[in-house]
Amino acid sequence: MLKIIRNLVLFFCASFLLLSCGQGGSGKKSETLEKTKKAGFLNCGVSQGLAGFSNADEAGNWTGIDVDVCRAVAAAVLGDSQKVKFFPLSAKERFESLKSKQIDVLSRNTTWTLTRDAELGLTFVGVNFYDGQGFMVTKASGMRSTDDFVSGMSVCTNIGTTTELNLADFMARKKIDYKLVGFEKADEARDTYGAGRCDAYTTDKSGLAAQRTALPSPDDHVVLPETISKEPLGPVVRQGDAIWEDIVRWSLNVMIEAEEYGVTSKNADSLKSSDNPAHKKILGVEDDMGLKLGLDNDWGYRIITQVGNYGEVYKRHLQDSGILPGGRGDNELWTNGGVLYVPPLR
Amino acid sequence: MIKNLRLPKPSKNNLKVCLPFGFILIAFSILDVFINSFFEINLTSAFAPISTILPLFLGFFGFYLIRIEYAGIKHLDLLNKNINTNNFNAFLTLIIIFTILKVLPEFLSWFIFDANISGNSSDACTGSGACWTYIKVWLRRFIYGMYPNAEQWRINIAFISFLLLGLLGIFSNEKTKKFLILYYSLVYPILAFLIIYFLISGGVFGLEWIQTNSWGGLSLTFIVSFFSLIFCFPLGMLLALGRRSNLPAVRYVSIGFIEFWRGVPLITVLFMASVIFPMFLPSGVSIDTLVRAIVAIALFEAAYVAEVIRGGLQALSRGQYDAAKSLGMSYWKLHYLVILPQALKIVIPGIANTFLALVKDTPLIFVVGLLELIGMTNMAKTNPKWLGFAMESYIFAGLVFFIICYGMSKYSQYLERKISTER
Amino acid sequence: MDNRRKKIVIQSVLLLSIASLFAFFAINAQINMSNRGLQFGYDFLGREASFDIQFSLIEYSRSSSYFRAYLVGLINTVLVAFFGIVFATILGVTVGIARLSKNYLINKFASAYIELFRNLPLLLQIFFWYYAALRLLPLPQDSEALFFNFYLTIKAFYTPALIWENLHIFIYFLIISIVLIFFLRRYAKNIQEKEGRQIPVFLISLILLLFIPFLSFLIGGTNVDIELPVLKKLSKTTYIFEGGLAIPPEFIALLAALSLYTATFIAECVRAGIMGVGKGQKEAASSLGLNTQQILKLVVMPQALRIIIPPTTNQYLNLTKNSSLASAIAYPDLALVFTGTALMQTGKAIEIVSMVMFTYLALSIFTSILMNWYNKKMAIKEK
Repeated sequence: MLKIIRNLVLFFCASFLLLSCGQGGSGKKSETLEKTKKAGFLNCGVSQGLAGFSNADEAGNWTGIDVDVCRAVAAAVLGDSQKVKFFPLSAKERFESLKSKQIDVLSRNTTWTLTRDAELGLTFVGVNFYDGQGFMVTKASGMRSTDDFVSGMSVCTNIGTTTELNLADFMARKKIDYKLVGFEKADEARDTYGAGRCDAYTTDKSGLAAQRTALPSPDDHVVLPETISKEPLGPVVRQGDAIWEDIVRWSLNVMIEAEEYGVTSKNADSLKSSDNPAHKKILGVEDDMGLKLGLDNDWGYRIITQVGNYGEVYKRHLQDSGILPGGRGDNELWTNGGVLYVPPLR
Repeated sequence: MIKNLRLPKPSKNNLKVCLPFGFILIAFSILDVFINSFFEINLTSAFAPISTILPLFLGFFGFYLIRIEYAGIKHLDLLNKNINTNNFNAFLTLIIIFTILKVLPEFLSWFIFDANISGNSSDACTGSGACWTYIKVWLRRFIYGMYPNAEQWRINIAFISFLLLGLLGIFSNEKTKKFLILYYSLVYPILAFLIIYFLISGGVFGLEWIQTNSWGGLSLTFIVSFFSLIFCFPLGMLLALGRRSNLPAVRYVSIGFIEFWRGVPLITVLFMASVIFPMFLPSGVSIDTLVRAIVAIALFEAAYVAEVIRGGLQALSRGQYDAAKSLGMSYWKLHYLVILPQALKIVIPGIANTFLALVKDTPLIFVVGLLELIGMTNMAKTNPKWLGFAMESYIFAGLVFFIICYGMSKYSQYLERKISTER
Repeated sequence: MDNRRKKIVIQSVLLLSIASLFAFFAINAQINMSNRGLQFGYDFLGREASFDIQFSLIEYSRSSSYFRAYLVGLINTVLVAFFGIVFATILGVTVGIARLSKNYLINKFASAYIELFRNLPLLLQIFFWYYAALRLLPLPQDSEALFFNFYLTIKAFYTPALIWENLHIFIYFLIISIVLIFFLRRYAKNIQEKEGRQIPVFLISLILLLFIPFLSFLIGGTNVDIELPVLKKLSKTTYIFEGGLAIPPEFIALLAALSLYTATFIAECVRAGIMGVGKGQKEAASSLGLNTQQILKLVVMPQALRIIIPPTTNQYLNLTKNSSLASAIAYPDLALVFTGTALMQTGKAIEIVSMVMFTYLALSIFTSILMNWYNKKMAIKEK
């Protein structure tokens, strides 16, 4: 009798150990990845409407470069870039939403800073737009640079963001006594500036360009040339899920890498049979990059065919739409004079 | 000083002279202002420097002349008693009439005559008046929020069923009357929740799942106020009873709860719901934003409802308690069968007022990121294709809220009258 | 015995479940915070704020501490609440009395005002004033003075400011005059009860109030200067008014909306109070030969006040709490500065929200206690 019990106990212990080993062995356990696969769609946090980055039209379709980051992750993980649910968030709730697991990726033109990395329990996984803060004034005001700023002026902006702090720093350095008119929503700040209540409007330069198109007469306004801060904008995920971090990071990186090696949504199919090892790794033909991330090997191919490489995305949303026509400035590949340099896919 | 002015005093004797003269003066002054504001013709331009104040003097004098006490003519006496009791009143009356006449043409022309309502885009708004085209195009969004057009029938059906289930109480006969309280505090909330969960939210039976972020507009206003009310009602009842309880622990806990929630503003409560509730839950458990907002508002309003119900409980005489106790009823039985039905009947107007306050407080849910009617109009007016229609947005939202709230307050006054005559 | 035991059991179950609920929350909060690498603590209050506040009555700059930012927000809240209460009371009493007027037009007008502003959400009214009405104001360079040097523009309401020298001496003289008025009233009452004659108290108090503080100018060394707003060019088309007071349009919009909204409720309270005084009182007073004004002042109002004060206190509390809606427009009150900016910069949600809620609670309880004391004083002493 005792023998049977002893054998049973041993059997259970052994199977328990084996099972747990088996779990550990088959590799990667990512809570967020499992959850997303089970739900069948990706929960993506975006802005409440910023042309070129994340904007919804009357029919409810979301477009923008931030939106496309989420679509890339969805294409990689779920196979379909349309399987995304978008959550428009204000600056106040964006981090809380991510922390409380309501969303799994925050792609909301968020600036990567030390404080946010260290103190909020979040991880920035890359930069999809190198930006800087600037000012917008009316052409009629005659101000041509920030040297024309005078004490007594009023500036409209969003509160609770790095913008507010940069503005305070900048004005303190220049010893200008100004009036801060701070709103929680960018729309309200822009409207108030447009009505004439404020003499200047400040936010990231990409935001200025987007908001300018939303003013009653865009040609009456001009963005001043000075850039007063570094604003690397990129996607954010929760700390603690290393696998998910890697997936999102490399979904973004593969888009940039693809542009560097000339892979576009149009030629991805034909390049599958190319001799270039970089092509082969991006498109999943050799080296099992996908499996290493916990995905299948077609992840890169899907991202590029369904969403496009970085250049295509940028052109589609920012250049062709007229928001930031002309050169990409810092947002060019390092081979073209810009700052986009991602670790290699190998 | 005006009192000491020596003027012919109109009285019954010189009635035949004063009356027509007075009326002519009044009619002339009103006509002058009317023509001035509607047709921009200045009749009294001959007296240029004082032509704007002239109608005032003329009318004032006219009113003075017709102020005959006890003239014996019914309509004249009515007129005098109501708007012409003394000089000050006559003056105010004239000011009011003139102001209305001056403001009316501008208002009418902006509102109706120069307004546009046809067309489908902002180019259709060519007039200098209001642009009702804007309201027409966005109407669906204002009512249903970002809910997909194809699925809006679900919201319609859900609301109709809410209404029908809610009105069931009218059809109760003597036998089912005692289940009314149970029905409204327990069964109805559960049914309503199920309807929302399966019909509006969807995800089962082949219906597409619509996340709560997409719900918005007027339908969201109703959903939030409605659910907050039916959840805060039972809780408020318990709190009111708890506050009057003999057990000190129960009493102090109730008082603490009520005073706490009454002392903080709703906007900080909602903010607490959106930022702090998630921290208090085990990690991994996340509650939907809408549910959090409704729970926060329900807890907040429960404190106010508790006070309203407490007023009703206090109005009952002790005799009811004593009689019920003498029949051997236990605490819960006596409250359920005797006290609460009477108390609740008294406070129905108070509850209607609370619901009114709830409806007016729902716009605050913009704090948690949900867009109800005012949120949707704000979003529409900043859409780049529709800039510059802030006035129309606010007037539309104001009109909708006014109709709802005014209607409800009139209904609650009607209820109050009906109940007070019953006793 | 059984009943007693049952009571104890019920109470302990209740207390235990509440305690365990709090413990559950606390434990979860601890776990969540440590997961995210956050620390619970109020020491962030000493840290530098690094953001600016548009409108502040006390000294504040971006290098002040978070605690100072909290104070600025609190003072702004109290400021708008105070003026809101003043305006709402004046307007509410006027409309309430107008509502009882026999003049049909005035009655209906007051009624229309009450119904209109009561049935619109306060948030909508605030939005309307700020985003629609005040946007129609002209730019400083295009504006005309309202009277003398008051300019209502889209950027601010510019008024002349008074620059004081030795303000405290003026205040001492003012306090002295108030104390003297107090004694005068007591004296007048004594005289009236003993000898039956009336002293023109109002006139004498007015003279005292005007004259004694004026003395402070002559012998106290106080000086007041009027600073007028002057148009100043900032750039080619940007102008502001320099000098004097600049009251931000956010404050004006919030004040207007709060006053108009709360005045409707106060008007209803006043009306209920005056109607609650028995008709017999008014008839008896008029049979004694008092005219309408005297009846209102001597007989009706003192009795009506007892009915009016408690609900009106409630409305004052509501106004104070409603001032937190300032976070919807850019007025830097406690809600916007602390639960808005400070919270987003530090991430210390629980600490900040608890501080703010506690502050509002304290304000409410303080006002309640004040009004309860006043109520007890005015209560009819039953023998």
